[in-house]
Amino acid sequence: MLRGSSRQYAADVVPEAYCYMRSTVRRVLMLLATMIIVSFLTYAAFELISGDPAEAMLGTQATPARIAALRRELGLDAPFPVRYIRWLLGFFSGDLGVSYSYKQPVGELIAPKLEVTLCLCLLSFVIITLISIPLGVLSYQQVVGRFGWIHTTLNQLLMAVPAFFTGILISWGFGIVLRAFTPGDFPDLHMDPAGAFRHLLFAAVCIAIPRTAMTVRMMRSTVISEMEKDYVQTAISRGNDRQGVLLGHVLKNSLVPAVTFLAQTMAEIVAGGIVVEQVFGIPGLGRLLVASISNRDYPVVQAIVVILAFWVVLAGLAADLINQCIDPRLRLGGGS
Amino acid sequence: MLEIKDLHVKFHTRNREAVAGVSLTIHDGEILGLVGESGSGKTVTAMSVAGLLPRKQCSYSGEVLLDGQDLLHADRSILRKIQGRQIGVVFQQPMNAMDPLKRVGEQVGEVLKIHTDMDSDARKKAVLEAMEAVELPDPEAVFRKYPHELSGGMLQRAMIAAAIVIRPRLLLLDEPTTALDVTIQAQILELLKWLNAESGISMMFISHNLNVVRKLCTHVAVMQRGLVVEEGDTDDVFFHPQHSYTKHLIEAIPSRKHTAAFGKS
Repeated sequence: MLRGSSRQYAADVVPEAYCYMRSTVRRVLMLLATMIIVSFLTYAAFELISGDPAEAMLGTQATPARIAALRRELGLDAPFPVRYIRWLLGFFSGDLGVSYSYKQPVGELIAPKLEVTLCLCLLSFVIITLISIPLGVLSYQQVVGRFGWIHTTLNQLLMAVPAFFTGILISWGFGIVLRAFTPGDFPDLHMDPAGAFRHLLFAAVCIAIPRTAMTVRMMRSTVISEMEKDYVQTAISRGNDRQGVLLGHVLKNSLVPAVTFLAQTMAEIVAGGIVVEQVFGIPGLGRLLVASISNRDYPVVQAIVVILAFWVVLAGLAADLINQCIDPRLRLGGGS
Repeated sequence: MLEIKDLHVKFHTRNREAVAGVSLTIHDGEILGLVGESGSGKTVTAMSVAGLLPRKQCSYSGEVLLDGQDLLHADRSILRKIQGRQIGVVFQQPMNAMDPLKRVGEQVGEVLKIHTDMDSDARKKAVLEAMEAVELPDPEAVFRKYPHELSGGMLQRAMIAAAIVIRPRLLLLDEPTTALDVTIQAQILELLKWLNAESGISMMFISHNLNVVRKLCTHVAVMQRGLVVEEGDTDDVFFHPQHSYTKHLIEAIPSRKHTAAFGKS
């Protein structure tokens, strides 16, 4: 008790710019490490499962001599570590290799598909964000109110329905019955952007439905726990009405966990997209990935997997940066 | 000015009444000290005055009259016009009572934003004046800081500034110095005393620390188990305690001899 003044000086002695730089460098290194580890694991996985690209390309009737020749031509006769290092060096010099089954440079092959998948993911992400944040805040009152159970049940239901199922329902309802789009016939993104957008929109809604339900639920529980905090009492004691408390204070405080959650969503959308792309016949990365895995088309699979890993890490990075804008306590250093 | 008549509050989750028939009066310019151990109903009494009772989770009866108007049963919309405008509240933990994501200046000026139609320049001017009145060093800098960048003592000053910036008639202080260390505690008490003398603002000061109450308050009410067991002029209560519980409390104060040994007055 007699220690005297315990005044805290929160501002660090270390200059802020230095901290920013250090955390940025650390993040970029982490990004690289993640991508290398993921690519290695994918390479290793193909080593463990059976199947040979040369056999897949030539068919079961091919003579062993031809297969051996093709393997040499593709560089598959080299031991596993050598092949991986070769790929890695190629990757860093911008050469993703040539697809075995399409005989096309991987970069060229992937670019248009990446475009489509990116549009699909961003679209469903926008839908999720625009719907779930306001709904989460609004549903706080609903849950507290009398009809909370309807809300909870509906939420559970939407969360439990798998995307491929809603995909089939929507394809049938909007595609076959209402003819709002033609399932399986995806218009070219550049020739007919409006048509492509309409097609993507239905797929995006499918991906968005379960994730929106999850985000609403998460947002609601965050708002409920924030409402218990002391600063809410202060806000009420100053004469804020419910709206003033919710929008003026609680919303912003609830955003940090929401942004983190949405970053995970961003990563998971891509996984959900693979299935939904199949259902709607959208020529995106997901379809290419599935086809390439069964063809043992290593270069294509590697490239896609690395892109997905990059995507996941990038989403986390974006979330961190956004959270730093929202919460000043996260700004210094990057630690704790 | 403030009159509490036979206030009863009982939370649904508890068996015992948190407040079991309290009647208190605060006249203009008075500082009433509300003393008692934790769970004696001090805070619940203050929360009833501030309109912060969770109405759905408790049953309540009696009257809380501010200039003759009942606050206890008043409509929320009426209450909101009084909260902040007529009654300012300062809480125990300044760190938690502040919204961590808003600049201190904005929070100090929040009452003005809600209750007046001042533009942001006028608000800022008023906020800086209030910050100066509570002796915050470098108000311009504090205005732009976030709560986590200030010390507990400075934050509590800012909370007081936020409560008085609109010049309310009553200030409710719920153990405002408990979370602070002794030197800062003394400074805050000086500040409150000065505010009372300068602007004539009435205060209800809640504390379990009799020493603090004796230094600051003009009147004292001692609470035990939801009841006011003794009430009166500060000197009367301290020199001629009637109730055995009050005597116990006063005996529990470290005597001057002991404190002198530690080199304090």
